[in-house]
Amino acid sequence: MVFHLFIPIITPLIGAALAVLFNRQRIVARAITLISVLINLGYGLWLMSVAPASGPLVAQASGWLAPFGISLVADGMSALMVMLAALLMLTTILYSFASVDEQREQHFYYPLLLLLLLGVSGAFLTGDLFNLYVWFEVLLVASFGLITLGGSRDQLEGGLKYLVLNLLGSTAFLFGCGLMYGFAGTLNMAHIAERMATLANPGLQTVLAGIFLFAFGSKAAIVPLFFWLPTSYHTPPVAVTAIFSGLMTKVGVYALYRTFGLMFQNELATYGPWLTLLAGLTMVIGVLGAVAQMNVRRILSFHIISQIGYSVMGLGLASAAGLAAGLVFTAHVMIVKMALFFIGGAAEQIYGTGDLKKMGGLARREPLLALFWFLGILSLAGIPPLSGFIGKLILLQVGVSQQAYLITAVAAGTSILTFFSMLKIWNEVFWKKSYDDVNRLPRVSFGLLAPGAALVILSVALGLLAGPLVDYNTIAGQQAFDRNVYITAVCGADGCEAVYRAALK
Amino acid sequence: MHRNESPLPNRPPSRSTPRDSALYDSLILRTVSRLMMPLLLLLSIYMLLRGHNLPGGGFIGGLLASSAIILQMVAFGPKTARRILPVNYLLLAAFGVFFGAIWGLPAMVAGLPYMQAFWLPEPIPGVGKIGTPVLFDIGVYFTVIGVTTKIALLLVEEPSLFPLPAMKPAPVEQEEGA
Repeated sequence: MVFHLFIPIITPLIGAALAVLFNRQRIVARAITLISVLINLGYGLWLMSVAPASGPLVAQASGWLAPFGISLVADGMSALMVMLAALLMLTTILYSFASVDEQREQHFYYPLLLLLLLGVSGAFLTGDLFNLYVWFEVLLVASFGLITLGGSRDQLEGGLKYLVLNLLGSTAFLFGCGLMYGFAGTLNMAHIAERMATLANPGLQTVLAGIFLFAFGSKAAIVPLFFWLPTSYHTPPVAVTAIFSGLMTKVGVYALYRTFGLMFQNELATYGPWLTLLAGLTMVIGVLGAVAQMNVRRILSFHIISQIGYSVMGLGLASAAGLAAGLVFTAHVMIVKMALFFIGGAAEQIYGTGDLKKMGGLARREPLLALFWFLGILSLAGIPPLSGFIGKLILLQVGVSQQAYLITAVAAGTSILTFFSMLKIWNEVFWKKSYDDVNRLPRVSFGLLAPGAALVILSVALGLLAGPLVDYNTIAGQQAFDRNVYITAVCGADGCEAVYRAALK
Repeated sequence: MHRNESPLPNRPPSRSTPRDSALYDSLILRTVSRLMMPLLLLLSIYMLLRGHNLPGGGFIGGLLASSAIILQMVAFGPKTARRILPVNYLLLAAFGVFFGAIWGLPAMVAGLPYMQAFWLPEPIPGVGKIGTPVLFDIGVYFTVIGVTTKIALLLVEEPSLFPLPAMKPAPVEQEEGA
């Protein structure tokens, strides 16, 4: 029992309330936002240092016993995700200081970011299925606010599609929760995992797993449920698109890992081949969609989808090693994708447009920006020694060792297509001569350059010092795939069923 | 049938009540809503205080209190409703969240999980048992009042806050003559 496991949830909650109360004093609101994100980051780092060695950390909300109350569980995977969410939110806030207009700041931009962090951290930490649904709603409501804040015609149109398609996924999730409660009689994930092994009627389990695959798949934007993403992600300010790309789809991936790794592990044998098929389709269709686009952020949005394919591939391999490889890749892609959004967004901001045809000549004008962009796309494509190489190498190794040759080949081939499509942005934005006089453009300020650059440097560092990252994720993957450790941590050595029976007497 | 073609004849402004844009022009409603306001607010506080072990609580109390204000809005119009309780409802909601969240913290200071309850040893006469869950409920109460009232006020004020651009009357096909 770790009583302070609630800190990553309380801090953004209180921070958001205070930031609304002090909304008029801009400096104070910014300071509150920054401090609460820093607290979350520090706590996430501490969790990461503790969780692999000690096993999952558990806290029970207001001290209610495990299968009855809401449990918070932080194993290696949760700790990594909580830390990454805070880190990415920190860069987003720093980028927002430099880029977001005063009008948005006055209309509760920072409280919405904190609410998003609240929802994401809660979703990563919770050990209760219905509570997971609640956190999903919290982060969706915050994201609805962020995506439509400003109220331009494009934003409202994109926001409407985003809202409708996400609500569809949420409804499926809620159906799944209800059916699960009727089927297993509990919503505590550890308890469900325990009962899944003993309950009869395997057909129902398969159906339930399919419902959750649909619900989380639509959040994670896998093929064929990805349509909401590219139509909405290029409309809000760059900082908002960046944090969405870093967090929103990845929460869906995390939920897939958690549900299939813990609750539906028996079903993975059935779903594994289908998941790999979906993963392959997601990779290829995402990258082909990107080829057809001529707008910086639309191209990057399609690449989010393509990269999600790799994360799902890790799950489709249906083993602890597969989950570990998927986690390494997801951590890498969260960082690099956001870096590319920041850098591409900075280019977009000084040009005032994201249309590739109208841009050009930035390599001479902003050599630093061009350098970091190029490093970023090398990392995304998977060129050694950057972090993308490590992420993809491990995935491919696991794929080969499990004789999944087809998906491995597709994954390797998609890397080349990714690089090709990224080179298009490089050519059009940075390399080709501009039709206008580049010297009239405003310079990129330090605040616009630094967050993206810092993330690219982090990616280089992760590539060079890959050992600790891989070791950490190997343990995290094992923890995520080991149901007994999770159940023991949440309910004690005898399991949840024993606690349940004892309480009924 | 076409609103922009046949405006309603203007009613003479009433002398007794300052009316802005009441949804219903009804003497009965105005009288009853005036009488109901203190009753509903009292009932909301009663519901709030009994809530931790009987039906009721911060959410229901908050809904009752905001229904008192919304009733004023229906009877007299949003301006009057704002004058009756001149608070910034958004800030009230944020304060409620803050107030509710901090009362889980004493447990964490004591090394217990967040929101573990602390109670006063003796119940206060007339109020009942007081502890951190009651204070948390008060936070919920403020949040619910703030959010529901704000939404209702915004919905009613929308036409005056964001007026639609003037529309040209569409050509009317002549069906009525037939």
